[in-house]
Amino acid sequence: MTTGSSSNTGPTHKLVEAGVTLLIALFGVIVIVGSLKAGINWGAEGPRAGFFPFYIGLFIVASSAINLWHGLREDNDALFAEWGQLRQVLSVVIPTAIYVGAMPFTGLYVASIIFIAWFMRWLGKYRWLTVLAVAFGMPIVTYFIFERWFMVPLPKGPVEEWLDL
Amino acid sequence: MEELVNLFHGFAVALQPFNIMVMVLGIVLGVIIGVLPGLGGANGVAILLPLTFSMPPTSAIIMLSCIYWGALFGGAITSILFNIPGEPWSVATTFDGYPMAQQGKAGEALTAAFTSSFVGALFAVVMITLVAPLVAGFALQFGPAEKFAVYFLAFCSFVGLSKEPPFKTIAAMMIGFALAAVGLDSITGQLRLTFGFTPLLNGFDFLIAVIGLFGIGEILLTMEEGLAFRGGKAKINLRVVLQTWKELPKYWMTSLRSCFIGCWMGVTPAGATPASFMSYGIAKRMAKNGKNFGKGEIEGVVAPETAAHAAGTSALLPMLSLGVPGSPTAAVLLGGLLIWGLQPGPMLFVEQKEFVWGLIASMYLGNIVGLIVVLTCVPIFAAILRVPFSIIAPLILVLCAIGAYSVHSSTFDVMLMLVFGVIGYLLKKCNYPLAPLVLAIVLGDKAEEAFRQSLLGSQGSFGVFLSNPLVSTIMILGLIALFWSLIQEGYSRLRSAATA
Repeated sequence: MTTGSSSNTGPTHKLVEAGVTLLIALFGVIVIVGSLKAGINWGAEGPRAGFFPFYIGLFIVASSAINLWHGLREDNDALFAEWGQLRQVLSVVIPTAIYVGAMPFTGLYVASIIFIAWFMRWLGKYRWLTVLAVAFGMPIVTYFIFERWFMVPLPKGPVEEWLDL
Repeated sequence: MEELVNLFHGFAVALQPFNIMVMVLGIVLGVIIGVLPGLGGANGVAILLPLTFSMPPTSAIIMLSCIYWGALFGGAITSILFNIPGEPWSVATTFDGYPMAQQGKAGEALTAAFTSSFVGALFAVVMITLVAPLVAGFALQFGPAEKFAVYFLAFCSFVGLSKEPPFKTIAAMMIGFALAAVGLDSITGQLRLTFGFTPLLNGFDFLIAVIGLFGIGEILLTMEEGLAFRGGKAKINLRVVLQTWKELPKYWMTSLRSCFIGCWMGVTPAGATPASFMSYGIAKRMAKNGKNFGKGEIEGVVAPETAAHAAGTSALLPMLSLGVPGSPTAAVLLGGLLIWGLQPGPMLFVEQKEFVWGLIASMYLGNIVGLIVVLTCVPIFAAILRVPFSIIAPLILVLCAIGAYSVHSSTFDVMLMLVFGVIGYLLKKCNYPLAPLVLAIVLGDKAEEAFRQSLLGSQGSFGVFLSNPLVSTIMILGLIALFWSLIQEGYSRLRSAATA
């Protein structure tokens, strides 16, 4: 990875790390609250359900506090990543989120075909012929391996119903 | 002697034609997984786990463990030819492997890497054969307090031995424990930490976490780096192999040392990655031409590869004999045992002899098959890497989604996988180790159960964890592991004070 020169900008590592640490601490607080709800003291059957996770939550908050302190004390203004790199990452995360969100409605196969085709055409700039070959080829191979040979059912939508797969 | 008889029975099981077939299939799939960025041992095995639901358990574990061996072999190919470690444990292999490839000695480097991997693995399997039944027999006497002490030791070793900052390791581990606690409490039957959200009733499945954290997270990291493969050609012919084999015995000392380091780091759950670095570092210090390390020294390939394979293999020892996996991949295999209806732990050696010894025998055979496959097929596997990432990435993402879905036939899990992926990307970038997080999700419920049962027995007194010599020894070992880096630092300070 390149270290930041003057033209490359992006969030600093310190800032992102502090954010991540705070999120972890918040998670710890949620665990503590949930454990308190479940009961952290002793009941008739011994320690109650929240007993163990309560201390886990305390550990998370405490170690995050130390990590935050360490992180902020560090004299380091390196970049977490450049904006361009983060854009690359988001260009995968967002379509994958749409793909995953659509799956319950369209089924796995249709969503996968569109997802693969989009990815190859938009990010890879391949010829349509190549794009279609891979986009259809992979789900078909998957169908035979998973559903036919190993009998693992995969999510299906209206198109698969219509094709009676 | 009884072990030898059992082992022969195991070979009879492993040599059944169907089992040999799944062995070869597993190795080939494993090497492919090891070569591809974004698909590693742990999540590769996790994705393919559903394929084994309909197989007999012994064939299933043979296939999955062979995928693991294949992935261990495969990591070296990309390190040497492309300077891109396919797996974290082959990072140290790039230091000398890639310079060798640039000098036109790719064949020698690959042969050395594969052979060393094989030697390391074989050493570890022999150790498992001899030691695992003893450990299991010993562990049969464990009560809840001893069980908790073993978990304690395992997790403390993580904190003490990992190269990440200790409090980050603790934070990652505790996140894992917290995720494991979500859902139905196994002792009281009460719901907890679900906040009224029904899909969380059954808690978080660690397989989903593995696929997300390691699979999706890795793809995101690769995307960020904008990966382009440039690299040497792979040519191995018999002459090069034989020539390298003639040269390798010279490094027997390095090999043996790396085997020990690997086994030690594999049994304590530090894992293959630190083992390979440590072995490389020590070899560099001890070798005659240590200052040439990093410029293409064959010994610099031998050391990390031997240790990584020894560690990767011996990680199965505590998994089989104690039910405590030594690495994320071993954890996934343990998850497989549960799905096939087997209870991991010392009882396996009593109740499921055929399974255990079939697996151990398959480790011998699998590594031989693996060595032959990688030596003969390197050019094919290297060709896979020339397929551009913009084709491979969507295919891997789809595979991850299929794997995540088929664990419980749930589309909610697929969304969870993506969330874990983004979390994995952020955590990894911020230097949090992911392996303890995964192991904590796997072992969380069991550790908690052992902890609460011990306290129940002692009416809440923590004295139970020091109540007899056995449990106190394990707990104290755990504390030593926890503060290992502090102890080391103190010792070296004392020594420098003494010499000054």
